[in-house]
Order: sequence, then C-alpha cells, then structure tokens
Amino acid sequence: MSDLSRRKLITAGVAATAGVLGLSAAGHIAERYGLVPPDHGGIWGIGETLTYASQRLLTRHSLAREFSRSQISKRPVSNEMPPLNDAYKRLQAEGFAEWRLSVDGLVARPGTFSLAQLKSYPSRSQITQLACEEGWSYIAEWYGVPLSHVLDVVGAQPHARYVVYYSIDPEWWESIDMADALHPQTFLAYGMNGDELPTGNGGPLRLRLPRQLGYKSVKFITRLTVTDNLKAFGKGLGSASPEGGYAWYAGI
Amino acid sequence: MRVTHGVTTLCFIALLVSGIEILISHPRFYWGETGNVLTTPLFKIPIPSSRALVPTGYGYVLPDQNGWSRYLHFQAAWALVLTGLLYAIFSLVSGHLRKNLLPGKAELSWRVLSTEIANHLRFKRPSESEAWSYNVLQRLTYLFVIFVLFPLVIWTGLAMSLGFVSAFPASVTLLGGQQSARTIHFFVSVALVLFLLVHVVMVCLAGFRTRTRAMITGKAGTDKEGP
Repeated sequence: MSDLSRRKLITAGVAATAGVLGLSAAGHIAERYGLVPPDHGGIWGIGETLTYASQRLLTRHSLAREFSRSQISKRPVSNEMPPLNDAYKRLQAEGFAEWRLSVDGLVARPGTFSLAQLKSYPSRSQITQLACEEGWSYIAEWYGVPLSHVLDVVGAQPHARYVVYYSIDPEWWESIDMADALHPQTFLAYGMNGDELPTGNGGPLRLRLPRQLGYKSVKFITRLTVTDNLKAFGKGLGSASPEGGYAWYAGI
Repeated sequence: MRVTHGVTTLCFIALLVSGIEILISHPRFYWGETGNVLTTPLFKIPIPSSRALVPTGYGYVLPDQNGWSRYLHFQAAWALVLTGLLYAIFSLVSGHLRKNLLPGKAELSWRVLSTEIANHLRFKRPSESEAWSYNVLQRLTYLFVIFVLFPLVIWTGLAMSLGFVSAFPASVTLLGGQQSARTIHFFVSVALVLFLLVHVVMVCLAGFRTRTRAMITGKAGTDKEGP
C-alpha cells in the first residue's frame, strides 16, 4: 500500500467517524428541540426529519395563506372516503344532537362537549385552501373554534407535546405537535361556506389544519387525547398514515 | 465532481419515477390557485389513474403508490439539493465554473455558434482534442440546466408545500398560484428529461465506452490505458 492511499484511507476513516459522531449529536439536539417526527425510523427517516425539522424552524408561527371571498371554489370537492359506519348514521338521524367530542390525556379537566357547547365558544373563520396529496385543491371558508381554545378549557398540561385526534371511524386517527395544535388557524370546524359542514366534507365536526395536506384534516372528530409521547398509540409511528405508508408530517 | 454527477443521476431517476407515480393519482393540470375534478383542467394526461375519483375514461383504477413515492420524492430532493449546493460551491472555488462552463467571449459570436450548431446537426463526432473541454453549445446547455431548470424545479416544488408557502407566500403568488406551480413543475421536469435523453444520445455519439469510462474514472484517454 502506497503512502498516498494509506493517507487517503486514514482521512476517509476520520471523516466517516466525524460524520457519524456529528450526525448522532445533531440527532440528540433535534430530538431535544422537538425536530424529529415520530415516523423517523426506517429508510425514509432522514428525508422526513430534514423536512419536519426545517419546517419547524422556519414555519412555527407562520400563517397559512388566506384568500378573498371571490376566490372560494364554486363547488368544494368531497373526496372519496370509506362508507359511513352505523354509529355515524345513528347520530346523523338525530341531527347530531348527541354528537360528543371527548377530551382526555394530559389535561386538568377531561370532559365531553356537545356541538352546541363547541359553537358557544368564540367562533372564528378562515378562507383557506384544502390541498390533497394527490395534487388537487379547493378554497373554502371554514367556521369553527380554534383547537387552542378547547385545549385551554380542558387545561392541557405544559409538558404536553402532541394532540391525537380520532374520527368516529376507529381506523382513522392522526396526531399533530403542539406548534400545530396551538396554531391560531387550527380549528375544530363545524361550518363551511355559510352553512353547516356537509357530511362529504367531514360534518358535523372536522379538524382543519391548513398548513398541512388534506389527509391530516380528519373528518367526523369524536375524541382528542393530549399526550407527551406517541409510542403507545397504534404502532407508535404517530398516526394511522405512517401505518398505511404515508408521512406523519404533511406540511410538504 | 464525478461523485456529485453520480448522486445527481441517481436522485434524478428516483425523483422521476416517484414523480410519475404521484402524477398518476391526479393526471390533470390546472392554472391558478385551485383545480380539482369539478373544475376544467388546462390539459389532461391520457393515462389511467390510481384514484377512482378522477374521470380518465379507463374502466379500471391503478393501485395507490403515493405513500412510498412521496417519501422517496422528498428524500431524493433533499439529497439532490444538498449535492447541488456542494457542486455549486466546489465549482466556484475550484474554478470549474469559470474554466469549463462559462463560455469565452470569442465563443459567443454568431460564427462560432453557427458552426457548432451545424456540426451538431450533422452529428459530427467530436475530435479527440475536445475530450477534455466542453464546446460552446454544451457550456450554454449545462449552464441553463444547472442555473435555470434545476432552481426552477426546486422553487416550483417548494411552492406546492403548504408549510413552506406559509412562511414564504411570495414563492407561490409570483408563480400565479399553487396549481400553476404544479403545472410549471411538470413542464420543467419534462425539459429535464429531454435534456437527459439528448445528453445520453450525445454521449453515445461521442463514444459511449470512452465517455462513460471518463465519467467514472476521470481519465479521458481513448482505448489506450494511461501511464
């Protein structure tokens, strides 16, 4: 072995060691500052972590674009979805009078809320875009109560890190970090375009999360759980999406 | 330099395959902010879709591949952007940009350009003395790909990200809206694929074996082994 190749080998070895140590240190710092998504394992972990970390650093407080009334889509799309279950149909037959949102987990006052109670809280509206991961989009005006208000009412604990939310269909659940949960445009939405929220768009209650793709805006919300760790939920990947092969963080 | 070429090629192929997979879930393009199955498209790609919601005229729906396609698309995009940055910095520092890519003043005359174009149209094989240096058409094409097409495809990609545009709204309004960004992203990708095809054809015409060996080893000699 010539001197040159030995020197190259040593340099490469030192560089590789430094690289691995640097990456592991960066990983620890990122974990500590909440920059690592729950689906960071596996072959896509590097890309997902880079996306989530950079968006958290750049967009923690930024607002989704809002549009003018004239830009509202004439006909909002109701995407294909699994058939409504019996529990939903029963509640629908009664005009959703018995629809309940339950809130549990790391909260001082767990409780359940009727739609009337949610509507009695200060109502907010937003004209935002719902964009699907497939590539299509529409703009609508949404009415609802900011999720942060409900979290205030139940007294979410300061060490909470995520809010897990469930559809009436038990297979359909998601979670978001507190940056999104406390964001002023994250709504529990109950109205759209001057009317009640139609079934096809998630009525009577859906989450609206305009800084992420449509699949995070889960329809037919019945339950919220506040937590500091997502390991115990499902397969521990954060939500149903990564279990089905889709990214947990959908800000891109 | 040769490593960045290899990584870029791999990333580009990954982005192309995953991009086509994502496109299949909605093979329709629009202009402006919004577009969906209830609005009139600018144009449609006449292929079947992986979503039942999209009217394609085909009687079947392809399997959904968007999960891994999206993971791969963004991971490859990160690798490509970081590699591109390394390449750009190295090109500036080492003089590669100035020496090999920027055309000389004399080369930008009509006479030189028309001779080069004529040579290309006649598929004239380059002489051995050209093996180490790019001609003016190559220089202009490479500059266009590196400093126009790649930045544009990255920009239009980011302009589709809801999170990114919440922090930088001008990145999408300047393009005319999110659906316009998606449409431009598609056309720039087509332009990059055309570049790739012409690039490979030119390499074949210039002598596939020697050029590929040069790409991998950095040695430009013909069939003779170097000292």
